[in-house]
Amino acid sequence: MADTIYALSSGAVPSGVAVIRVSGPEVRTVTEALCGKTPAPRKTMLSRLQDPASQEIIDEALVLFFEGPASFTGEDVVEFQCHGGRAVVAAMLRILGEFPNCRPAEPGEFTRRAFDQGRMDLTEVEGLADLIAAETESQRKQAVRQMGGALGSLYENWRKRLIHMRAMIEADFDFADEEDVPGSVADEVWKEAAALRKEVTDHLEKSKSGERLRSGLQVVLMGAPNAGKSSLLNAIAGRDVAIVTEEAGTTRDVIEVHLDLGGYPVTLVDTAGLRETDGIVEREGIRRAEERGRQADLILWAVEPGGVEAGHSQAGLPEDVTNQVPIWTVRTKADLETLPEQDSSGITKEIPASSKSDEGTKCLFDALTRFAEETISVGEAPLATRARHRHYLTDCLSGLDQAVSSDHLPTELRAEDLRWAADSLGRITGRIDVEDLLDVIFRDFCIGK
Amino acid sequence: MAGRTARRATRASGETMNDQVLSFDVVVIGGGHAGCEAAAASARMGAKTALVTHKFETIGVMSCNPAIGGLGKGHLVREIDALDGLMGRVADQGGIQFRMLNRRKGPAVRGPRAQADRKLYREAMQREIAAIENLTVVEGEADQLRFSGADAGSVTGIVLGSGQVIDCGAVVLTSGTFLRGLIHIGDRKIPAGRSGEAPAMGLSQSLEQIGFELGRLKTGTPARLDGRTIHWDRLEEQPGDEYPIPFSTLTDKISIPQIPCHITRTTPETHRIIRDNLDRSAMYSGEIKGRGPRYCPSIEDKIVRFGDRDGHQIFLEPEGLDDHTVYPNGISTSLPEDAQIAFLRTIPGLEDVEVIQPGYAIEYDHVDPRELRATLEAKRCTGLYLAGQINGTTGYEEAGAQGLVAGLNAALKVADKAPFIVDRSEGYIGVMIDDLITRGITEPYRMFTSRAEYRLSLRADNADQRLTPLGIEIGCISGERRVAYEAKMEKISAARGLLQSLTVTPNEATEKGLPVNQDGVRRSAFDLLSYPNVTFEGLQKVWPEFEQMDPVVVEQVTTDALYAVYLERQTADIEALKRDEALGIPDSFDYEAIVGLSNEVKQKLLDIRPATLGQASRMDGITPAALTLILSHLKRQSQRGAA
Ligand SMILES: Cc1cc2nc3c(=O)[nH]c(=O)nc-3n(C[C@H](O)[C@H](O)[C@H](O)COP(=O)(O)OP(=O)(O)OC[C@H]3O[C@@H](n4cnc5c(N)ncnc54)[C@H](O)[C@@H]3O)c2cc1C
Ligand SMILES: Nc1nc2c(ncn2[C@@H]2O[C@H](COP(=O)(O)OP(=O)(O)OP(=O)(O)O)[C@@H](O)[C@H]2O)c(=O)[nH]1
Ligand SMILES: [Mg+2]
Repeated sequence: MADTIYALSSGAVPSGVAVIRVSGPEVRTVTEALCGKTPAPRKTMLSRLQDPASQEIIDEALVLFFEGPASFTGEDVVEFQCHGGRAVVAAMLRILGEFPNCRPAEPGEFTRRAFDQGRMDLTEVEGLADLIAAETESQRKQAVRQMGGALGSLYENWRKRLIHMRAMIEADFDFADEEDVPGSVADEVWKEAAALRKEVTDHLEKSKSGERLRSGLQVVLMGAPNAGKSSLLNAIAGRDVAIVTEEAGTTRDVIEVHLDLGGYPVTLVDTAGLRETDGIVEREGIRRAEERGRQADLILWAVEPGGVEAGHSQAGLPEDVTNQVPIWTVRTKADLETLPEQDSSGITKEIPASSKSDEGTKCLFDALTRFAEETISVGEAPLATRARHRHYLTDCLSGLDQAVSSDHLPTELRAEDLRWAADSLGRITGRIDVEDLLDVIFRDFCIGK
Repeated sequence: MAGRTARRATRASGETMNDQVLSFDVVVIGGGHAGCEAAAASARMGAKTALVTHKFETIGVMSCNPAIGGLGKGHLVREIDALDGLMGRVADQGGIQFRMLNRRKGPAVRGPRAQADRKLYREAMQREIAAIENLTVVEGEADQLRFSGADAGSVTGIVLGSGQVIDCGAVVLTSGTFLRGLIHIGDRKIPAGRSGEAPAMGLSQSLEQIGFELGRLKTGTPARLDGRTIHWDRLEEQPGDEYPIPFSTLTDKISIPQIPCHITRTTPETHRIIRDNLDRSAMYSGEIKGRGPRYCPSIEDKIVRFGDRDGHQIFLEPEGLDDHTVYPNGISTSLPEDAQIAFLRTIPGLEDVEVIQPGYAIEYDHVDPRELRATLEAKRCTGLYLAGQINGTTGYEEAGAQGLVAGLNAALKVADKAPFIVDRSEGYIGVMIDDLITRGITEPYRMFTSRAEYRLSLRADNADQRLTPLGIEIGCISGERRVAYEAKMEKISAARGLLQSLTVTPNEATEKGLPVNQDGVRRSAFDLLSYPNVTFEGLQKVWPEFEQMDPVVVEQVTTDALYAVYLERQTADIEALKRDEALGIPDSFDYEAIVGLSNEVKQKLLDIRPATLGQASRMDGITPAALTLILSHLKRQSQRGAA
């Protein structure tokens, strides 16, 4: 049976109204779950949209139902006309992706279905041309590479690792009689797959962009005591939220301020300075600080002149935090020393800041704004793209999970799961091809009789 | 094989028939692995067929390694057999060491392989060819192709070196490594198609005349050793399988005596000699321009790229039961002869070895397979089919499988019938041909199981179930095979039916020692079998009547059950594939008229001219949106055409 597909079919958000279209066999199930009932065909219904998982109300929308075959695609179709805010659209796309057999439409796929059902008016053909602006396979690969720093290189890294894993497994099948291919590679591969599974899980956990749009990005200030964290928080918030003293170990609690950076919500969190201590209260504060750091989207590591760097063994940052969360260094109290000229154009990982003047935090402010933009939105069609990514990453994850957990099954079946994982990731990063595998096999092993 | 001997294939010599023009439905050029299958397939279809080859005596010659099958390749042999081709049967008559590779892994990745007695193989192939009705072997060299029309748009016959003209409706060209073949041994160059055989120089010109651009590829082969000078007692022995499993479903039992191989390995001294002589190797001195396969590196390559290994394994494979020639598998080379002898003698067991024939590298012309349709007919020339190494592949099995497809389609064409195409979900044959015509090649193409995305369903054990029915439909299956196939299928479906109809409760199952969840759900015997920890022997405890079942049938049903869940997941994919394959794109399709496709994509489409929407979808750079656009224009252009 065909998948049910969905997409934002109006233009870029934010906009007045956003139209989200869903087509396929699950349309009634979806509509009922979101609105409580399916409206009569071709009659508009005003309905609240409710997240079936959390029961939360997402929006109030006009809902239009078309019964197949009398619809654009010839299948059941529902259109939700919601408010065109980022958060609403993101939430809708995320929720739709959580229904079984539902996935984001590929560009042109609604039209393709219309064709397959004989529903397409040939005069509409030219209108399709616009769709083609949406990327070729090679552009897709490039897009990921250029996707902007962290995310692009993260996906590219996963792709490489999946290629490697598949290559090892396939070498074990196709070159079993070659002495250079050790028979035991498979075990290593399942370990690697388990590690990747964990990373993808964590990433998905964090990248629920819909939720993030409401709760905001979590940016956590960390550093040694007295580094100037609380002062920075106050300066950016523009009011005295946290207590500042010259005593090391002032802050004990976790303090949050909610900011609006270029339209994106960001939560800035102040924490206790990290150090070895006997004080019970302070120890608890440090534990909380670490916990917030673990969940952060970004850590700002505050270093006063001559202070301890994030990477230093005495910094006290737990290893799992440094591995998982991007960390920027903020050089505090910049008014006390002359720092080398900084390039403020791109996101830099070393940012000077001073809490003594408005000017002093501008650089950090700008960098944070850009970070929010890039993290919450990607490229032209931010929300739709992210929804697609999420969807295929979820598929990838289920393949990895099957492969890792099916140790009672023969390897060729687990290899099939790995293929599924790689194909899903390939939908984001560009196809993973046999040639990619063979390249690795022939590079790593001396094959050939 | 009853019925085939009634009218034996005639042998004709091209040299003596100059005065009269010969005429056939289909002419196959080249009596190699591709040519034999092509000629046999065409004749089986009832086409009056000629096999034109240099010498009858070299029919069935194995140019390189005397072995058939392997991973991926063994699948191809089974598929050839399923369509009633020759290779499987012949290998069964010549196999002196059978091994099922990956025996300990699952059925989908097992590959049957056999080492063959060169002579027995050749003789068996010649016997088969000679016994085929409608097939005439013509000895001679095809020198030219004849075309009709101003643009030479279709082939009408061939001319032999002797001047003899042969008219025909279709030509299958399977000239292997013979097109402008050039052997390299050190800095010596010898024009040849194979050691000791003259190359074919004329045909390349015919191909260039109609606009083919020919590329150059290379491959190599090791020295042949005199087994009487090898110290076998110093070497490790590798036996074959205790119970050899034949390739062909028509072979009951392997009756040839089975013999072991021996294993040795190169030493640091070997590596030193090779390194010292690298500049004298044809491949490293820049003499060779053609590209060679990465999975068949010469020993020079291995030392340069993997010099850190302390030694490279060599299989010493006897070339025949009563032949003292030994094939040292793993050390193909283009070093000069003296260096070959020097390095060979540093290898344990080979201290005193004598060389019968030095190893060599060979360069040859090939055609870009993207010039071909899925039938292997050239797009630029109606009636001209290309198969085998000329299409940039390597290996007997790859050649044979293409020959079969080309031969069948040539015969179908002259009979004015619909073409025969195996798709990617039906066979490795389909995977290979689709890869070739869609993606082209950058190195000689070899089959691997990883190339098949539907690997779980494309197994060596079910090739007959996948392909024999298709063969019956077009009429290329003999009566004997058909009867055997139908009998087997009846047994399998009866067994499957039985297994699906008998059910137990979890309690009953557990009592009999079958571990299942106590969830109260009744399970059929077939369901139980899909659990990896339930064996068929286990089921027999519950249902003693299963003991009566034919072991072949049991194996089939067990495999089906094991893979059932995964196969279901693939069905949607396969349906989508079939749907897109059913949407043909005519040759005349006007890509220029499509607004919205980028020039880059247009150019790719124009270069390859995919025959179906499915093929287009597998091209690099074609996205669903582009496909939709093509599809919409397809409908539009065909409407216009009809109006
Ligand atoms: C040196 C060498 C090394 C190889 N190494 C390997 C390897 O390591 N692994 C591997 O898998 N494969 C290897 N092969 C490849 C394998 O041998 C071929 O892929 C396979 O034999 C190709 O089959 P074919 O039918 O296309 O051509 P061939 O088997 O080459 O047969 C061609 C036939 O056509 C005839 N012929 C050619 N031109 C004409 C003409 N104009 N007129 C009449 N008759 C003609 C020839 O006489 C010959 O009988 C090697 C081949 C060679 C030569
Ligand atoms: N000159 C200068 N002094 C600063 C600046 N920021 C903070 N300070 C001083 O540094 C001291 C510590 O500041 P806090 O903001 O409390 O430091 P903290 O990192 O929050 O410290 P703990 O809460 O103890 O971990 C105070 O005396 C501040 O006045 C700055 O930008 N310039
Ligand atoms: Mg503080």
